[in-house]
Amino acid sequence: MELTRRQTLALGVATGMTLVLPLPALAAVEEVGGIDDFTGGATPSDSGVTVTAPEIAENGNTVPIAVDAPGAVEIRVYATGNPLPGIATFRFGPLAGSQSASTRVRLSGTQDVVAIAKMADGSFAQASKTVKVTIGGCGG
Amino acid sequence: MAEGVKPRVKVPKTASAGETVTIKTLISHPMESGQRKDKEGNVIPRSIINRFVVDFNGENVIDVVLAPAISTNPYFEFDAKVPESGEFTFTWHDDDGDVYTENKAIEVS
Amino acid sequence: MRKSTLFCAAAAAAISSGWAMADPDDDELVINGEIEIVTEAPAPEHVENLDTIYSGWRFRTDETQALEMDDFDNPAMVLVDKAVDAYGMPDGTEAKSCASCHDDVETFTGLAATLPKVGEDGKLHTIEDLINTCRTERMGAEPWKWSGEPMQTMAALIVSQSRGLPVNVSFDGPARSFWEQGKEMYYTRYGQLELSCANCHEDSFGLMIRADHLSQGQTNDFPVYRLKQAKLISKHNRFKGCIRDTRAETFAEGSDEFRALELYVATRGNGLSIEGPGVRQ
Repeated sequence: MELTRRQTLALGVATGMTLVLPLPALAAVEEVGGIDDFTGGATPSDSGVTVTAPEIAENGNTVPIAVDAPGAVEIRVYATGNPLPGIATFRFGPLAGSQSASTRVRLSGTQDVVAIAKMADGSFAQASKTVKVTIGGCGG
Repeated sequence: MAEGVKPRVKVPKTASAGETVTIKTLISHPMESGQRKDKEGNVIPRSIINRFVVDFNGENVIDVVLAPAISTNPYFEFDAKVPESGEFTFTWHDDDGDVYTENKAIEVS
Repeated sequence: MRKSTLFCAAAAAAISSGWAMADPDDDELVINGEIEIVTEAPAPEHVENLDTIYSGWRFRTDETQALEMDDFDNPAMVLVDKAVDAYGMPDGTEAKSCASCHDDVETFTGLAATLPKVGEDGKLHTIEDLINTCRTERMGAEPWKWSGEPMQTMAALIVSQSRGLPVNVSFDGPARSFWEQGKEMYYTRYGQLELSCANCHEDSFGLMIRADHLSQGQTNDFPVYRLKQAKLISKHNRFKGCIRDTRAETFAEGSDEFRALELYVATRGNGLSIEGPGVRQ
């Protein structure tokens, strides 16, 4: 792998930082990760999970979304057009009343919201919904 | 600790045994994404709630990993089964290591 | 000939694509299933150019509207919870809290529906003025910044005591000159774009300005939780945003100009219900 001068400089800075800074206690914080990290490259079924989101969001800063996958053990949600696509991982415990959840998310622009559910048998299901994010006329 | 963090949860006071109840939670938190820059062009460091866990009498209901794409003042709505009288425990984990906890009792009639 | 055909085609396209958003919707606002909010009323007599006044809530999408229909879903209410704590918290050299003088916050029921109003000192007072007068004169505390979180959360707590009550702001007697000043401002074109408040909020409400669905610019929902900023926004902050968008130098938050404009705009909403803290895009 070839590094540009800029990348090498950046690496140098990053390495320097890890040497100088003490490792914080939050090193164990779990990330949502990428889609392939979750499915291991398996092709998800297109039924078994639903994702609900508005057609048009008046503001991308607070967009209500809901996911539902009866029988799932885990659902991960992604905003494919965001700088960091992972939004959330929902894991359902023995006392979950349903395998569904709602939250509010940030979308950086018009894009697909994707939900991938992992079923009890280890298979995956996927659904997506396009949300148009309007960039308003009257900012700030 | 992020300043003035305040949780709110909404749980019915009573349920019948084995009933599924809907729970709503909200916590005041800026959810600084780590993607923004200040006026001088420096990246404002990420500072978010990264995990939210709900248990009932020690058994898990839902366990959520949050990314910076979750909006300011994170909101969740979900369902829980209530087998007997007891207490829900809601736990939010902050990037800075702080943990915010809220408990709500529910009576099974 | 060719020109006019093109023009007609463009106009038809604009109408067919934009028509669904051209008016306030017909939804009804009931908060928590119990507080009925009047979101549409006959225009007061002094609002000569409108027949009907509408709350800005009627111009929002269903998803944004839903956020205001239940106090748990309304993100402003978790901030109001903070104000409940602050209300009982002693501050300043006198070690007094709001509760020391005012007992329960419910004693403020109705106040917000009459503000701003002229005080005994002959000046026009907004809710921010009243809060800061208490802080500096009775509590011996530092005044709060006009649009800061402590000020706007406390304002939201006090305003929320009047939810469902009709806006009834007086502009007779000593308030008249302030009202005239505010009205003058409302119809003055500001900035490089030469836009008055009336150009957007009276002549063009219901139309789209780029991607925003223009409301009548009513203030019965303030302080308002704006999704864009994810915090409570003061009336003066919004005035500033509007005037800045005309590419003008704006007046300052807490300026006498904005106090006068606040009075005039508030009277244009006489008859709607107080619904603050509202939720908008």
